Amino acid sequence: MASAHIAGVGMTEFGESPERTGRDLFAEAGGTAIEDAGIDRDAIDALYVGNFMGELSENQGHMGPLMAKAVGIDAPATRVESACASGGMAVRQAVTDVRNGEADVVLVGGVERMHNMGTAGATGGLSVAADDLWEIRQGITFPGAYALMAQRYFAVHGGDREDLAHVAVKNHANASNNPLAQYQTEISIEKVLDAPPVATPMGLFDSSPITDGAAATVLVSEDYAEEHGLETPVAITGTGQGTDNLSLAERDSMVQTPATEDAGQRAYEDAGIAKDDVDFLEVHDCFTIAEVLALEGLGFYEEGEGITAAREGETTADGELPVNLSGGLKAKGHPVGATGVAQITEMTKLFRGDHVNSDAVEDATVGLTHNAGGTVASAVVHVLEVAE
Amino acid sequence: MSDEITNDGYDQALEAIENGEPYALECPDGHQSMPPRRVCPECGSGNLEEVEIPTTGELLTYNVTHVPTPDFADDVPYVLGIAEFDDVRLTGRVQADAEEVDVGTPVEVGLGESETTERPLVVFELA
Repeated sequence: MASAHIAGVGMTEFGESPERTGRDLFAEAGGTAIEDAGIDRDAIDALYVGNFMGELSENQGHMGPLMAKAVGIDAPATRVESACASGGMAVRQAVTDVRNGEADVVLVGGVERMHNMGTAGATGGLSVAADDLWEIRQGITFPGAYALMAQRYFAVHGGDREDLAHVAVKNHANASNNPLAQYQTEISIEKVLDAPPVATPMGLFDSSPITDGAAATVLVSEDYAEEHGLETPVAITGTGQGTDNLSLAERDSMVQTPATEDAGQRAYEDAGIAKDDVDFLEVHDCFTIAEVLALEGLGFYEEGEGITAAREGETTADGELPVNLSGGLKAKGHPVGATGVAQITEMTKLFRGDHVNSDAVEDATVGLTHNAGGTVASAVVHVLEVAE
Repeated sequence: MSDEITNDGYDQALEAIENGEPYALECPDGHQSMPPRRVCPECGSGNLEEVEIPTTGELLTYNVTHVPTPDFADDVPYVLGIAEFDDVRLTGRVQADAEEVDVGTPVEVGLGESETTERPLVVFELA
């Protein structure tokens, strides 16, 4: 099937900017992507915006038209919501439009404003990605939900907090020189283990931070790129999505993520690749345990064996399979609706050679992004390849 | 959020838990789920009937929540768990200290309330 070529990318600094509106964040990221692509705004045929909780954080729904004008375009514009997978799902819509000929040029971005809600407000806002009746009313939070998964994993497969701490240490190391990352500091195993608990066994440094930010990318058809002489060194060659029971308690297993498995399989088939072709990944590490479950769900580790990947150095920047070279959600930051798009923008730069960690994947030709919503009730996977 | 808003299916299921007669919905193939449901989430069957589930079950996992949503601001820290009762699993507040529970601990389901909002919630007492 045809590929959607990446013509340009843009991303704001991820971090703490409670005074900045969602529209301002989006305008910056979208404008940077358009400039990076070297296209006219008039050329854009469609806009997709990933956002999770604008209604709760800044009393703002209906972000399609708002963001279109924020970046100065007239194209048909739609917001896409799938909790923390909103950004990745928006990318999937954009890829589909380009592939089926509905559009030649699509701007797709994601945005989230979170710090203005405060910690309790953001915790409450994020919780609405769970089942209101049987989860939220019982006091579940997202750190709490992943804590339930981690505790179950320890009981079923073994492993401990120190294994998970290596995931946090790795991702902080990857972000340490990334100028757009929220945490540009390395941390130690001790610091992770001694951090205040959020929901045991998840501590503060097992958790991705509250983050304000936006990311955007311009996708074009191959024909459009050729006709207009655009440089598109990277293309999205496969996309896949999976869905599962919304509430964790309704799953057959709390240590498997079938939505990730389905999304991965569909993306591999769509791109015509096998998992062994993948050189590096950006996965949804909203909590340290989430990276482990993602690597197992995507088939890179057998169930129960992914927990030692970071500890053994297999997924570090100099390992066999680098994971989250951007710093991941953990250290780059997690403005939830922007995250799935930021995975694409960071991976594109890693391929192009203009990312601080590009040297780690100099010879890479295939990368994979994995973005999840809730306790992985939603998952979306994209395959990125160096365009021939 | 107004307390006057009711949730058919859920409210009755909580009442049954409070009365010590918890039930689930079951389809002809034996898949169990919690209401409100019009069809079985596993197979889509619309033929659902209420079946009793045991009041005691086994704790599958738990956490100690320290950072809550605003609705539980005065409740922290609390132990939250998922327990299995026959073929359904419920999320609820474990009425015990973390040191007293482990994966596999037997629990009895009941109804309690949030200390912050006084809204009802599922609780698990040590069985």
